[in-house]
Amino acid sequence: MAAELLVLPALLAYGEAAVAYGAEVKRPGTAGRLAIWGVRVGWLAHTALLLVQAAQAGGFAWSSWGGALNLLAWLVVGAYLIWGCRPRFRLLGLAVMPLAVALLALALVGGGAGATGTGPGFVLALHVALMLAGFAGFALAGGLSGFYLWHERRLKRRSPGILRLRVPPLESLDRLAGRTVAVALAALTGGMVVGLVGFAVRDAARFDLAMAWTVGVWSLYLAYVLLRVRGLHGRRAAHLALAGLVGVAALLPITHFA
Amino acid sequence: MRLVLVGLSHRRAPVELRERVALARDEAARLSAELARDGAEAVCLSTCNRTEVYLAHADADRAEELASRPFADPDVAGALYRLHDEAAALHLFRVAAGLDSMVPGEGEILGQVRAAYEAGAPGPVLDRLFRQALYAGRKARAETAIAESPTSVSAAAAALAGQVFGDLAGRRILLVGAGKVSELAARNLLSRGAEIAFVANRTLDRAAELASAFGASALPLDRVAAELETADVVVASTSAPGFVVRREDVEQALAGRRGRPLLLIDLAVPRDLDPAIHELDDCFLYDIDDLEAVVAESLEGRRREAERAEAIVAAEAERFREWQASLEVVPAIASLHARAEQIRRDELAKLEGRLGNLSEAERRAVESVTAQIVGKLLHLPTVRMKEAAVTADGVVYAEAVRHLFGLGEEER
Repeated sequence: MAAELLVLPALLAYGEAAVAYGAEVKRPGTAGRLAIWGVRVGWLAHTALLLVQAAQAGGFAWSSWGGALNLLAWLVVGAYLIWGCRPRFRLLGLAVMPLAVALLALALVGGGAGATGTGPGFVLALHVALMLAGFAGFALAGGLSGFYLWHERRLKRRSPGILRLRVPPLESLDRLAGRTVAVALAALTGGMVVGLVGFAVRDAARFDLAMAWTVGVWSLYLAYVLLRVRGLHGRRAAHLALAGLVGVAALLPITHFA
Repeated sequence: MRLVLVGLSHRRAPVELRERVALARDEAARLSAELARDGAEAVCLSTCNRTEVYLAHADADRAEELASRPFADPDVAGALYRLHDEAAALHLFRVAAGLDSMVPGEGEILGQVRAAYEAGAPGPVLDRLFRQALYAGRKARAETAIAESPTSVSAAAAALAGQVFGDLAGRRILLVGAGKVSELAARNLLSRGAEIAFVANRTLDRAAELASAFGASALPLDRVAAELETADVVVASTSAPGFVVRREDVEQALAGRRGRPLLLIDLAVPRDLDPAIHELDDCFLYDIDDLEAVVAESLEGRRREAERAEAIVAAEAERFREWQASLEVVPAIASLHARAEQIRRDELAKLEGRLGNLSEAERRAVESVTAQIVGKLLHLPTVRMKEAAVTADGVVYAEAVRHLFGLGEEER
């Protein structure tokens, strides 16, 4: 019951932040501060929710698809908070917070915010945590890339109000997206290795659609990293990161419903 | 102490009048010292937009007479303004915040207010006034965006470079044209840490002259295309009749740029840079009209922010008013406490014979209890007098306390 009580404040605070970021674009100032407080309060409530779930569940509390979305939303917002507190990066919340609201709402509908848990302990937890950390990083990189494309469009349109909003420089967005993908790819690789060694080899599992899709997503991001080393930057890199995010978005339902 | 401001500014006085009363820094310092000889505090603020004398004196009429002294020229009399106490403080706070400047929020005025304060002859009132003005100026700039947006085309170009690259440290600038416009734009970019790498011009001598000032390399115009690959920002302002840089030149350079963005600023009329360059990926071309539109929007933004800054400044002026009002009751409060303490000590001295057999600890206890009684008795009157001072009844209360307790009578 405590878990169900905590999910609503988190959802409301994230929702408030998403709306406030929208208002911040129209009129910078107070709305931005309200948004960042919404993120902070929501994330604290969300953290409390996860702690309650961990304490009440019999095993790993986020092995269902709803649970995975719940944990993913927490990781996405947590990763955003690292940058979101800095005024120049605040508007990244415009891309991240609606995503967090959607993920958490889906988790709630899917029963992922409750206190049930199944499955074995450490290996599954490590596998899921690494995979979700990777996906959270890709989601954040997708947000940064979306932000890059939006900012680039503003510069291309030569709007007189181009200096009105405090936004991160174009190059910083590109660089941060690249670094975030590199870190997320390392986490995903770790998660895949743990999954392969911990379950697939031991249980002689057959190569299914979820595994194939995961390898596909992994390959796409590996290509992204390699292409960046060879000089892929800017708009094309942003489009590739967003394509990868579509792959990640498709992967979660495939993993749990395939 | 009464505070008086007498002065004139660009709002009411044209430059022909302002220049008659303008003061150099040492003149302002001399005048402040001279005015302060008569028991006053004085600070003279003189900039290209204003000359103002701030004066604090016990007698308001005398203060105004002294502060008017530098404005004896009959022609300037019509343009003078005279403000007192709270209004004078509010005016200075608005000046320090850049709200009374031609360009709202301009940064230079804060340094000028500081310089005037340092060169002046302030006492307790003007010291507090100018410190609070500097604080209000900083606060208005920190809590609003009044000073953030650019107010000139060259500053807008530098701000745009910041939108693309962030920190400009180490960014390579290619100047095409070596005239005044290029130089101004270059100085703005330099102030943000950029490096002027090349100066290209039709006459190489002029290019070399400007390049040497910036530690850059001089180029003839036909070498510009070759350097596009390494530059981050191109600023063009030649008087050439046709395009100096064409789309094909940039397209060729892009291959070697590995996706790095290129910002091109065209300040020339007729334009130096082919507008089709803007269609290329990772290229952002702004011409003079685009930049002027950005500046106009920035100025409008500053005006919007000025409304928020006005509220900050008004709150600071109110704080100053409260402080100044409290000055009226402070001497009465101090006298009251001194009188009570004197009575306590006298009464304890009278009892000295009977208290003689008390131990040191008991004696300290008696001291402490009597001091506490006096403190508690005076606490509420003290608080009420301070409250009354803020609501402008302070003088009445102070007089009443002096009369009721006979404060000052013993000295007569």
